[in-house]
Amino acid sequence: MKNGFGVFIAAFIALGASWCGFVLAPAVQLSTAKQTTVLNSSDLYPIQRTGDATLGLQVYRANGCAACHTEQIQQDGVVCDVILTGAGKNPSAVSNLISTLKLTGLTKEQADGDSDKITAAGGKVEIHIVATGADIARGWGVRRSVAADYLYDSPVQLGGIRVGPDLADVGTRLSNANWQLLHLYAPRSVVKNSAMPPFHFLFESKKIGDVPSPDALQLPKVFAPPAGYEVVPTDDAKNLAAYLLSLRQDVPLYEAPFTPLQVSTNAPAK
Amino acid sequence: MNEISQQKIDASCRVPLLALFGGAALWLIVGLVLAIVASLTFHMPEKFANCPLLTYGRVQPAANDAILYGFAIPAALGVMLWIFARLSQGELVLPIVPIVAANIWHLGVLVGLVAILIGDSIGSQWLEFPRGSSVLLFAAFLLIAISAVATFGARRERELYPSHWFLLAALFWFPWIYSTANLFLASSHPVRGVAQAVIGWWFANNLIFVWLALVGIGTAFYFLPKLAGKSLHSHYLALFAFWTLILFGTWCGIPQGAPVPAWLPGLSSVASALTIIPLIAIAVIFVKTVCGANTDCKGGPFCYIKFGTVTFLLSSLMLISLGCPHFSKIVEFTWFVPAQTQLQIFGFFAIVICGAIYELLPRVMGFGLPFPKFVRVQHWLFMLGIILLVVSLAVGGIEQGLKNYSLESSLPFLRVSTTGLLFLLLGSFLFAANIFAMTFKWKLALIKSVIAAVKAPMETSEVKS
Repeated sequence: MKNGFGVFIAAFIALGASWCGFVLAPAVQLSTAKQTTVLNSSDLYPIQRTGDATLGLQVYRANGCAACHTEQIQQDGVVCDVILTGAGKNPSAVSNLISTLKLTGLTKEQADGDSDKITAAGGKVEIHIVATGADIARGWGVRRSVAADYLYDSPVQLGGIRVGPDLADVGTRLSNANWQLLHLYAPRSVVKNSAMPPFHFLFESKKIGDVPSPDALQLPKVFAPPAGYEVVPTDDAKNLAAYLLSLRQDVPLYEAPFTPLQVSTNAPAK
Repeated sequence: MNEISQQKIDASCRVPLLALFGGAALWLIVGLVLAIVASLTFHMPEKFANCPLLTYGRVQPAANDAILYGFAIPAALGVMLWIFARLSQGELVLPIVPIVAANIWHLGVLVGLVAILIGDSIGSQWLEFPRGSSVLLFAAFLLIAISAVATFGARRERELYPSHWFLLAALFWFPWIYSTANLFLASSHPVRGVAQAVIGWWFANNLIFVWLALVGIGTAFYFLPKLAGKSLHSHYLALFAFWTLILFGTWCGIPQGAPVPAWLPGLSSVASALTIIPLIAIAVIFVKTVCGANTDCKGGPFCYIKFGTVTFLLSSLMLISLGCPHFSKIVEFTWFVPAQTQLQIFGFFAIVICGAIYELLPRVMGFGLPFPKFVRVQHWLFMLGIILLVVSLAVGGIEQGLKNYSLESSLPFLRVSTTGLLFLLLGSFLFAANIFAMTFKWKLALIKSVIAAVKAPMETSEVKS
């Protein structure tokens, strides 16, 4: 290259191409993204977080929780399990047949084949789709995270390192607000040997007035404040707990299917 | 080239470079202290329970940003200005502009760090500084780029040297990626959903891998031939390395398992595999330029830059390994990833830039380093610190990935990495000592000359008129 203009053109082409690919394209692709529907249902997904949970996301951001926690679950793939739901008129024949079949960890074709055989013998079956992978085995979630899960979050806190566990589905796993508050105030009071720093500054330690505060934490002795004092969560702590409880990736989607164990438990009565 | 003009060129860079390097040395110390504070959390998690300013999630990003934005970029800009002036065989154009810009830059870093510590970060990794601070940094960078491009435009030798390509591209790269990332992520209407994460990764990769590589390798290509007393091996191969680096490197950095449309990590994986091409080219140029040189490096700048270039190859190989889906599955969410970034920032970039500063500063100031022995000691401290830090984090990361992310498996490694940070901190004190002693010596000489000028008896001719 003989002059600066050549360098400029080279850099412009190289960076411009990746800008179009990794900035413009995802921005355009996702700017039109809408709510999708839950698989085999008309429920919309995702639903906007509640007000306190939305504020809690800002507490999560301000304190850099993403420096230790990810919010993304991965899976290797899906398998099919064949579940017997009724033995029909000839139970012994069906159970004999079942003992010869594999039934779990099957591909779609194998599952269909097994299901046809059992149905022919008079049994009733359901085919369940199950996601597999290390994260699922750890109990961190039931399916992989997908782009739709983060539609309403800003900033999106995917995180990059797992010093602590993944939180994408923590609201399903640990759904007790009181537990979350205890854990934020004194992690070791509920998780043995936790390395998470305690967030005392999200709580207020104050003298018990005429009537004890209804919000005060019920701490085990080792972590309790001195006698006559109580630990009360601030709004920040309550919002953060609300946000953590709102982290639920527990419904099947077209791009991440699985069969929920109890179908539509959260659906309102119709 | 006559000796006098060379001295004039160097002298024209003096004040802007001191302004850039002084702040950089200070931020390096601040950043390492913050990094040590952050890593203390792993030794005693209860330590900062009552202090929101020092909670891990705030101190850790503050440490990263202090080192990258506070130290690495301004120090590199200073080195770039000097290289541009030297390659142009002319004095620095508009020297007042980079002086002002250096102060704006360091102010921006200060504002940004305070904002992170009080909980005002943007929440995207490597882009935590809030809007006010990013505007300052962006303006300061443009000002320095104006001075650098003006110096480049006024060059006497029209033919470009390979370092020119890398450094000019870097001047162009930063404003584009920094403005894009801030407009899409930090504005009042950020993009929606995971597009935020994708743009964040694109920015971080383009800054930490591509920008640092452009500046570091551009600097190495200037100093290596000079120090080895040979000419750079093959301009054509250098051109090839430049082209392929910017063509492929800029697409790396999207994590393999990310919850984004699958074509993004797929494309990124292909690009990181192709990044091996510029690495081979750079390795060949390095070996052919350095081998057979009869210069003894003795722990001096030549050692620094050789070590840094080799480290660049290693850290890039780590980056490529992260693009491989099978390996990435094990280490994607572990300490292996920070190990790679630390190797890139400290092992490659900081070492190359410190070596360059030790080489150019005595020329710029017109007198030798006040503590020449510190150069060698710092080299050893940095090498030891980098090895302890990076090896422990990388091995700890693999261990963590294989053992279910249990903290017990990685805790011993984290403790070793704190020791590595301590060595780096000691080294950075030596660096700061040289920079500040030189600044002090220069200011003292300046004051002395002013006093002498005031005290000097008036010449009789002036009295008469």
